[in-house]
Amino acid sequence: MELNGAQILVQSLIDEGVEYIFGYPGGAVLHLYDALFQQDELKHILVRHEQGATHAADGYARATGKAGVVLVTSGPGATNAVTGIATAYMDSIPMVIISGQVSLPVIGSDAFQEVDMVGITRPCVKHNFLIKDVTKIAETIKKAFYIATTGRPGPVVVDIPKDITAPNIIVPYKYPKKVSIRSYNPVLTGHKGQIKKAVDLLLSAQKPIIYSGGGVILGEASKELIEFTHRLGYPITNTLMGLGAFPATDKQFIGMLGMHGTYEANMAMHESDVIIAIGARFDDRVTGKLDLFCPYAKIIHIDVDPASISKTVKVDIPIVGEVKPVLEQMLELINESKKKPDKKALELWWHQIGQWQAVNCLQYDSESLLIKPQYVIEQLYEVTKGDAYITSDVGQHQMWAAQYYHFDKPRRWINSGGLGTMGFGLPAAIGVKLAFPESDVACITGDASIQMCIQELSTALQYKTPVKIINLNNRYMGMVRQWQEFSYQSRYSHSYMDTIPEFVKLAEAYGHVGMRIDKPEEVRPALEAAFAMKDRTVFLDVMTDITENVYPMIEAGKGHHEMKLRVALGASTDRELA
Amino acid sequence: MRHIISILMENESGALSRVAGLFSARGYNIESLTVAPTQDPSLSRMTLVTRGSEEIIEQITKQLNKLIDVVKLIDLAESSHIERELMMVKIKATGAMRDEIRSMAGIFRGKIIDVTPTTYIVEMTGTSEKLDAFLAAIEPDSIIEAVRSGPTGISRGEKGLHL
Ligand SMILES: Cc1cc2nc3c(=O)[nH]c(=O)nc-3n(C[C@H](O)[C@H](O)[C@H](O)COP(=O)(O)OP(=O)(O)OC[C@H]3O[C@@H](n4cnc5c(N)ncnc54)[C@H](O)[C@@H]3O)c2cc1C
Ligand SMILES: Cc1ncc(C[n+]2csc(CCOP(=O)(O)OP(=O)(O)O)c2C)c(N)n1
Ligand SMILES: [Mg+2]
Repeated sequence: MELNGAQILVQSLIDEGVEYIFGYPGGAVLHLYDALFQQDELKHILVRHEQGATHAADGYARATGKAGVVLVTSGPGATNAVTGIATAYMDSIPMVIISGQVSLPVIGSDAFQEVDMVGITRPCVKHNFLIKDVTKIAETIKKAFYIATTGRPGPVVVDIPKDITAPNIIVPYKYPKKVSIRSYNPVLTGHKGQIKKAVDLLLSAQKPIIYSGGGVILGEASKELIEFTHRLGYPITNTLMGLGAFPATDKQFIGMLGMHGTYEANMAMHESDVIIAIGARFDDRVTGKLDLFCPYAKIIHIDVDPASISKTVKVDIPIVGEVKPVLEQMLELINESKKKPDKKALELWWHQIGQWQAVNCLQYDSESLLIKPQYVIEQLYEVTKGDAYITSDVGQHQMWAAQYYHFDKPRRWINSGGLGTMGFGLPAAIGVKLAFPESDVACITGDASIQMCIQELSTALQYKTPVKIINLNNRYMGMVRQWQEFSYQSRYSHSYMDTIPEFVKLAEAYGHVGMRIDKPEEVRPALEAAFAMKDRTVFLDVMTDITENVYPMIEAGKGHHEMKLRVALGASTDRELA
Repeated sequence: MRHIISILMENESGALSRVAGLFSARGYNIESLTVAPTQDPSLSRMTLVTRGSEEIIEQITKQLNKLIDVVKLIDLAESSHIERELMMVKIKATGAMRDEIRSMAGIFRGKIIDVTPTTYIVEMTGTSEKLDAFLAAIEPDSIIEAVRSGPTGISRGEKGLHL
């Protein structure tokens, strides 16, 4: 088959099995858009801002496990995509971003809409390419997908100069079935000796804990994790990125750990004697102050990326490999081993954990006359029977979603953890809904975050992606306000906006349904009504208690055992802001 | 501690900036860096001198290995190796100084590779310490300029860094 560069690119994506491409046109990609126009296999989703394209592709990738694909023009199109690329990079999300570039002969001459995309994105991609030859397009696209989706996944940028896609240069096309890259060979299985050592240590533990993260979801190892955890009978905690990899409703699950994790998860980490970290990267939000981190524990760490191991916390038994095969290898050894988990010790340990659980660290004032954000999430959980895809933005609402929506399945909880990108939630929800049109998709957001990519409401209408937007409207950048309350004597410097739009009208202006909810008793019926409107995007503007804070919390410089708990447990927490 | 990391990488445009960018983005220090294609023109070899604690060096080698363009690397400081640096020094040489510099260069096994009525250029290879010592032995005011390649290194014995 003979094709021009633009056709080769489009055909390569089709042959790679790509279903959706999220993009926005411009001069440098006009040949590509012309090729897109002349086919109907690859569906293009026109966003309203390139950041939206990257988050939508990212949401699609997180929900499906397949690489998300983005197409942007050179210059401003490319720079607008950078936030979304960095977001995917920090959370190890597979994505392929195709950016137009000025024609080869003018590269470097400050040509119209020229930016050095390869240079700009170098620190926030797994890899990037500049294609300089039409005959290299197919192979480069294949390599891009291979790199993005294997090992520790991540975004890959492919920068394509306009002249490379020109209609008049026609060359033979064949999409490679396989590629190998001599300098890139991700490890699969773990080192046998290390695994044996790890199993020995695990089986001799008195106060063990399993700390698992996003790697289990990325590595499709949920089933193995569940079997492993049940087999051992040990308590398990998840990172924010790992939620859903182990069912939250299982009795061995003791909640999220870290800054806004549960008291019991953090105390158990602190007191444990053996920790097995599985696809988690000891992020600072998880460890708290490093000097105080897990003082009594020996640590086993499974990670496909050697650079994640002993980066911040020195571990005792590193195992480099994919979670899935490594857990299988471990299970086999556990089953063969004569040693069994120490029943007596475990009983004592669970008893101790029970006492921490009795503190009831997530209790909030459910009698309040104001709408408590936690209540909204609990109601959402019930109305959707815990089975919705939930995307979120960044702030307090994100933490409440993580704490009160009990995720039982992987890939249901879709949020920006590593970069913490406000604006992520709505476009991500659109990406998810395209992947799973029959499933309920809700975006939990805040009055500040939603305004960062609000324009994508228009995309949601065009492509009929009926998502439910639940805006926990506290008239503040709540997360910022909370830090100012705790650490800056309530000097609320620029953490509120005087002119929050009327979201109901805004939703209506975009062609959607808007509802404003002012009282606790309206929450449930509104949610039910919203989800009953199967084919409408609904914006629920929920006026929540402006004073509410996220508890419990490990404040800066503190350890796991020094959590700040809600003070007036049980009593009304309605109050005025100082 | 000082480490010499020898890297075999794809000879692609941009590969060098990936390494340099990694060091600046992660705040690692680079004392010197040399790079040139190998006998296989699709590969370049880079020698990088850095300093840091064991943990930092471990992260540096892991992060370098993670770069897609990096094929292989070794930390030469971990085993027996030979290290050489090339230097050319242009020195003011008039009157009695001409003999003195010539004999000093001889002691250090340097070669005089350019002569004018008022200057010499001395070429010298050796360990970085040896080059330092030569410079220290010359009257500082007489040194017009010194260019150094930065060290490169190779491990001893049968083992080698190749595909
Ligand atoms: C406002 C805010 C508050 C936050 N508070 C918290 C908090 O309280 N608690 C918390 O946990 N987080 C919190 N976070 C998130 C935090 O910043 C990190 O994003 C998160 O903790 C990282 O999760 P993780 O360790 O699971 O790693 P991920 O970022 O998910 O990384 C996955 C790890 O697994 C590895 N991996 C990938 N694939 C595989 C595979 N197939 N096999 C083996 N290994 C693999 C990767 O190499 C990597 O090391 C917060 C974020 C925000 C924005
Ligand atoms: C793009 C971006 N800018 C700034 C921040 C810092 N930040 C984190 S949370 C937050 C406030 C979010 O407010 P809102 O969306 O209303 O959520 P709330 O905390 O009130 O639930 C800000 C400004 C960020 N995470 N992302
Ligand atoms: Mg808010």
